[in-house]
Amino acid sequence: MSDTTSSRAFDVVVLRQDGPGRPSYWQRFAVPYEADMNVISALQKIAAMGRTADGKAVSPVVWDCNCLEEVCGACTMVINGKVRQACTALVDRLLEDNPEAIELRPMTKFPVVRDLMVDRSRMFATLKKIKAWLPVDSYYDIGEAARQSQENQQIAYELSKCMTCGCCLEACPQYLKIELVRHEGESDEAFHARETEAFFRSFMGASAIAQVDLFNTNPTGAMTSRDRLDALVSEGGIQVCGNAQNCVQVCPKDIPLTTSIARMGRAATVHTLKQWFDR
Amino acid sequence: MTRPKVVVVGGGLAGLSATMQLAQLSIDVDIVSLTPVKRSHSCCAQGGINSVNNLTRQLGDNEWKHFDDTVYGGDFLQHQPPVNEMAQWAPKIIELMDRLGVTFNRTPEGFRDQRRFGGTLYARTAFAGATTGQQLLYALDEQVRRWEEHGHVTKHEFWEYLGPILDDSGVCCGCVVQDLVSMEIRSLRADALIIASGGCGLIYGRSTMSMACTGSAASRTYQAGVHYANGEFIQVHPTAIPGADKLRLMSESARGEGGRVWVSRIPQDPRHPTEIPAADRYYFLEDRYPKYGNLVPRDIATREIFNVCTKEGLSVEKDRMCVYLDVSHLPSDELDRKLGGILEIYEKFQGVDPRKVPMKIFPAVHYSMGGLWCDYARTAAGGLHVGSPRNHETNVPGLYAIGECDYHYHGANRLGANSLIACIFSGLITGTGVANRMKSADRPLAAERASTLFDQACQGKQADYKALLARDGRGGNPYDIHQELGKVMTQAATVVRHNPDLEKALAKVHELQERAKTCSLSDMGNWTNQNVVFTRALQDMFPIAKTILKGALARDECRGAHFKPEFTMPHVDAEAPSERRRQAEAWCDRFEENNRKWLKSTIARLGPDGEPELSYEEVDTSLIPPRPRLYGIVGGEVIEEVWKERSRGAAHE
Repeated sequence: MSDTTSSRAFDVVVLRQDGPGRPSYWQRFAVPYEADMNVISALQKIAAMGRTADGKAVSPVVWDCNCLEEVCGACTMVINGKVRQACTALVDRLLEDNPEAIELRPMTKFPVVRDLMVDRSRMFATLKKIKAWLPVDSYYDIGEAARQSQENQQIAYELSKCMTCGCCLEACPQYLKIELVRHEGESDEAFHARETEAFFRSFMGASAIAQVDLFNTNPTGAMTSRDRLDALVSEGGIQVCGNAQNCVQVCPKDIPLTTSIARMGRAATVHTLKQWFDR
Repeated sequence: MTRPKVVVVGGGLAGLSATMQLAQLSIDVDIVSLTPVKRSHSCCAQGGINSVNNLTRQLGDNEWKHFDDTVYGGDFLQHQPPVNEMAQWAPKIIELMDRLGVTFNRTPEGFRDQRRFGGTLYARTAFAGATTGQQLLYALDEQVRRWEEHGHVTKHEFWEYLGPILDDSGVCCGCVVQDLVSMEIRSLRADALIIASGGCGLIYGRSTMSMACTGSAASRTYQAGVHYANGEFIQVHPTAIPGADKLRLMSESARGEGGRVWVSRIPQDPRHPTEIPAADRYYFLEDRYPKYGNLVPRDIATREIFNVCTKEGLSVEKDRMCVYLDVSHLPSDELDRKLGGILEIYEKFQGVDPRKVPMKIFPAVHYSMGGLWCDYARTAAGGLHVGSPRNHETNVPGLYAIGECDYHYHGANRLGANSLIACIFSGLITGTGVANRMKSADRPLAAERASTLFDQACQGKQADYKALLARDGRGGNPYDIHQELGKVMTQAATVVRHNPDLEKALAKVHELQERAKTCSLSDMGNWTNQNVVFTRALQDMFPIAKTILKGALARDECRGAHFKPEFTMPHVDAEAPSERRRQAEAWCDRFEENNRKWLKSTIARLGPDGEPELSYEEVDTSLIPPRPRLYGIVGGEVIEEVWKERSRGAAHE
């Protein structure tokens, strides 16, 4: 695909939705071809054109993105049926697979905010549930960090590359969408509390399980590993995992999610037995 | 009891470190961010974070040398006390970040590994693979989430800052914000407002920056009366991968780990790079700067790459300017361990394996050294008074600027791996100072003030928003105007600058600004309207673009990233030693004269007509006297010699 001079266009079809609870609908756009395009640059062109393939003026497609180099995790969407980051989805490759059109849909496991933008606040709430942080004493200069082996660093670094993009959750058969509707007259705080409770009770998914692994293998994190294991075996915890192993296949950062799930599964078993004996 | 509150705009390294420091000191914080803070642009920083360390210390390094490298690299344009203080804190900050769980690379014995970066001769840079910024950001994000759980921090993500609220006496007491999902506009009351909104690369269209880096938050603050300093100093990074949507950074760490920059001596050599023999390869940085080699500071590397393509005509490709950045001679397993993240980016976007084939790269707009003017409290010894509320306070009381959007630390050129340390340092020290500001009880808490001030501010922004939505559809297209702006700025105000071009660019930017005032929206809706966000950000790019251009036009010299060929230093090229010596004397005379005239910071303030008015500020160079910035260039020895004699003479006087 080195054809840079022709003025041909390619089609992009987008599953749009004007807001939460609204019906979705397809729209087709004809995007002028340029070399080295990705899905983001196609969406930028669609925004600038403001017209569908048949010339109808429409509002620009809404989507989420920031870094455009697959490190921020914002631009996850379903592209030609596969969940992935839009920035590394190269137009040439996509057209090789399907010359007819590039198909863009929002993720299905999160509530649609508008068009391709979804609300992934559940993922960040889950990080609270599992206490995904190191409970250090303070931020003052109070001494050196623990030494760590190269091997340990390599494992931790891989897990720590998780950018909370949600690909693993989109592909997971056990991770189901939660979309709450605000009650009449319900305050922000009340709605938020109800939402958090629902999030905490439903499946945490592969990304959160791998984060428990990350923090529990850190020398400081290990001191509070029990708190995280409690969360891991609570309602919506690791026991919900059905071992479909889809997560590891779609992770854009190649995080060994299933290795973490296995390791955490063993830790959870030991933890539960210990709890049982300690009673 | 009503408690004081701080609002932080931006959730990158600077904003998050200020937040966690404030939370530790029991101050409540609201964070306003365009994206979930975990997706902030800091995650794009790749190579590492600088500090003197146990290893370099035993080779003669110390905090003072880190400080010296930083001001030498910045061509002496930064106030020295903040830089001095930062270098002192740097090793402690690295230790803190390690304690917070940053997955720094390790040596076989389990210590932090370090590599060398540009503008220094010591391996000072700690790193986590080639995604150090991401790893640092995540550690801070985790700590702030912990404080969120404790109730000290409230995040407003997908919210946009529309401007500060100042009371009648000009004190900042909050800001107006908009929820970018529901489009609701409201005020946030604050006893201090900290702007930590990052860079403004999108003014140049495509850059290495993220989509949130429009500079609009800094611009809105500037338009509300805060001064903007050294805007013309924009760093163009030597090595980026050209792309249709953005120019992706290829970290300096590639060179830090031994990567070499070269071109073929034969213009547009048709041979595959791996088949070009050593004799035909021109390692131009190593040839010209044997002491620093491929690790000269960024402004120098960028100009050399630019020159080799434009003046010498040795670009690797004919239609597109680029040079080779080669790591293919390094062991593949080591590359994966230390540079994996960036090599994957290259492979994913270019479809070529850089472990086997040299990469093709070219300079790209990367960082703004300048930014919102802010103060500091100097100690007699030349450091900062830690805990002073004046540190990082702008000329508007109660309004602070930290991180890339402030103007401290980097002068005329930033050294690689110094931005991460500057962001975290400025956040921590400002957190402490702002917490102390909260203790002084000489003013009412923002929460207790009459609501009129806040209501009026909201109504003003609401009216602007409604007017934007109500524009008729006959104006220009904001996306097209943005592209034009990017083109103008990139041509006139990047690597090489000429006064006639800058004048033309100013006129053109003015014309684009007028067009943007009437440009049309294609979305008039009141739900998640990204069209509004983009158009508003575009309008706010112009005031900053003008300060960049006007500052560059006025500054008739070469300093760091600001390069005007008409004002380069005289050549020292004579063969005869006596004549050479005379030329070097003349060079040094000119250097001193130029410093008397131009060693000062540009300060822009928004005039009543909306145009920037420039004035200048003396630079505190009281700790390390300015000296010629040669980096051991071949032929520069005689200048160094003359300069040394003069400095000795001055010391004896």
